[in-house]
Amino acid sequence: MNALLARVERFLAGIGEGTGLFLQSLYWCKAAPRNVDKILAHLLEFGNATLPIASLMAIFIGGVLALQTGSRLAQFGLEGNIGGIVGLSMVKELGPVMTALLVAGRVGSAIAAEVGAMNVYEEIDALKTLDINPVRYLVMPRLLASMVAVPALCMYVNVVGLLGGALVSSVNPKIGVSMRLFRMNFQEVVKFGDVMDSIIKSVVFGMVIAVTCCYVGLKTTGGPEEIGRAVTRSVVLSFMFIFVLNYLITRSLM
Amino acid sequence: MSVWQSLIGDTQELSESVEPLSEERKTPGVRIEVQRLNKFFGSHHVLRDLELHVEPGETFVIFGPSGCGKSVLLKHITGLLTPDSGCILVDGDDLHAEGRRRFRMAMVFQSSALFNSLSVGENVGLWLKEHRICGPTEIAGIVAEKLALVGLAGQEHAMPSELSGGMKKRVSIARALAVNPHLILYDEPTAGLDPVLTEQIGHVIVDLKQLKITSLVVTHDLNLGFAVADRLGMIHEGRLIEVGTPASIRATTNPVVQAFISTQMKVLAR
Repeated sequence: MNALLARVERFLAGIGEGTGLFLQSLYWCKAAPRNVDKILAHLLEFGNATLPIASLMAIFIGGVLALQTGSRLAQFGLEGNIGGIVGLSMVKELGPVMTALLVAGRVGSAIAAEVGAMNVYEEIDALKTLDINPVRYLVMPRLLASMVAVPALCMYVNVVGLLGGALVSSVNPKIGVSMRLFRMNFQEVVKFGDVMDSIIKSVVFGMVIAVTCCYVGLKTTGGPEEIGRAVTRSVVLSFMFIFVLNYLITRSLM
Repeated sequence: MSVWQSLIGDTQELSESVEPLSEERKTPGVRIEVQRLNKFFGSHHVLRDLELHVEPGETFVIFGPSGCGKSVLLKHITGLLTPDSGCILVDGDDLHAEGRRRFRMAMVFQSSALFNSLSVGENVGLWLKEHRICGPTEIAGIVAEKLALVGLAGQEHAMPSELSGGMKKRVSIARALAVNPHLILYDEPTAGLDPVLTEQIGHVIVDLKQLKITSLVVTHDLNLGFAVADRLGMIHEGRLIEVGTPASIRATTNPVVQAFISTQMKVLAR
């Protein structure tokens, strides 16, 4: 029981410290204009690491969504609604959540490993002795890059997912909905507000991924084994926060 | 201490220029006074009422067995750790006091602590770039000059992963010098190096003495200590038990210091 309480206490303390780190990072956003090179470098890293796998993921998610729902809709003669159903699912839920999970696994883990290694090998201490604020130098550029990259990737995933869905709907004989019909139904059902919801979710997920992974990295001490554990912890925590926040944001946007 | 304090340590943005510390003396170095410093890690009392005085421009070597608190003392002086009691004065100002005069300090870490994602030149010029001390052309000039001082001229574009242990240490020293420091701290500068590289690092530290920067060297390598020190002090069980010039330390009658020196000599004689 005591061990459980201690664990809960540690977790809550971590939440508080993470929030503090987030606020510190926001404060240091004032230094963003002179760190544009670092922010752009991290943006490129986000894109390079995730774009190919995001494309693959999106096209198949859109495809399987159309396959699953389209064939059932066709049984009731409702296959004409496939564009709206796939569109809403992709834009409101699957696009932002799957993109965030992908970024957390692909880039967030790398952030935790890099920052964790810097902490273990005294590079963060070296920054401090050089009077360079680690939050400004390490966390703020990653936070801003993540807040831009995740929504951008999410929009890309939404578009590719819709293409995948439209393609499957048009070529699968059980569904048989043309790409034009798919697009018309999508335009009829999915509103600008739905796209905005997608963007809002992605920005929040981007913030959470960057702060969680930087925080875990900055708290890493010990040796190489601890860096490995930090990577796992950062991904698990990011996933957990994404799922919980996804519900809370969805609820508040309804 | 809250997490972000611990993350940031005592760092602040250096938008303002550093105040000159110069009194009427011929050294850019600062005076360090450590007064009744105590530090606990849990129940382990690491530093016990430790007292230390280092004169401006002096090269002071702290030696002692592993785990005696040498590196912990150094981390207090850098501000990476805060004392449980006692204080550290830099030119008479408490290191942890608000509104103290600022001074420039640099540290050569035991692990070198080079930034692996940056080239040698970027590592050396990082402080200049981040604090916008000068433009890229001037930074390149200063980087070349500091690298030449440590015998690594022309290595600006190498990556840390391409360097030997001794070269990494020398880059770390060049990075410290680029700060134009009033105080330079060396944490086990020859740890893990072979005798040839150890001698090279020793020569670099001796050569740098002409800059008259206050230097504090923590080492358990007495040969290096005797070679570079103006004075040495031995830490034992968290206290500074003996301070003196290399000659007086060699001639000490303190049995603990004698035992440490004779053990080192026996190891070297093997």
